[in-house]
Amino acid sequence: MENRMSLIVFSGTADKLMAVATLTSGAVAMGLEVELFLTTWGLQAFRKGAAQATVSVSKDAGDLGPVLLEQMRKKQVPGWLETLQQARELGQVHVYACAMTLELLDMKLEDLEPIVEEVVGVASFIERASESRITLFI
Amino acid sequence: MLEKPGEIQVDKEIDARGSFCPGPLMELIRGIRAIPVGGTLALLSSDPGSARDVPAWVQKAGHELLGAFPEQGYTRFVVRRKR
Repeated sequence: MENRMSLIVFSGTADKLMAVATLTSGAVAMGLEVELFLTTWGLQAFRKGAAQATVSVSKDAGDLGPVLLEQMRKKQVPGWLETLQQARELGQVHVYACAMTLELLDMKLEDLEPIVEEVVGVASFIERASESRITLFI
Repeated sequence: MLEKPGEIQVDKEIDARGSFCPGPLMELIRGIRAIPVGGTLALLSSDPGSARDVPAWVQKAGHELLGAFPEQGYTRFVVRRKR
């Protein structure tokens, strides 16, 4: 078992990406290595420049969505990408892009934020996740 | 452990008031890395999560919590870098 947390980042809404960034920070603080596997809408959110435009929240939020966004702005909560970048400065954070989604969305690794380091297939991610202490789908 | 916050002299103070979980903890980690082993650091945090997060991290990372002093609307954590 590796001292690692693996997150499957499927969602591309600001609230869920905030959870990804916060969990990553906490894990790094407690000495865990973190691997993010970006797929579908989660990968789309890492397209260069897209982070600033990620202003939607998940449907779960209902009417509270706009309230949450307004509160985040008012309380000057740092953005999710910025939080992730800071976590990476403090520990081991690896960000991988799902090969299939890249193909579907007609994107290349160069189209993504520099924090994304490699394109991987689902099988190699699962192989590593099977050795992680924590694996979550967000 | 000293009782009064004013009695503990620190090498560095980080004011993380107004920053949210996990912000203050991340600032503490950065701050500790920036001082020499044996040095002390004070973290001011208004984040209620810090009450448990800071001691948990300090223990995990092998440092020493010299005290957590409640102030008006925030807590002053004093940590010594041990390694």
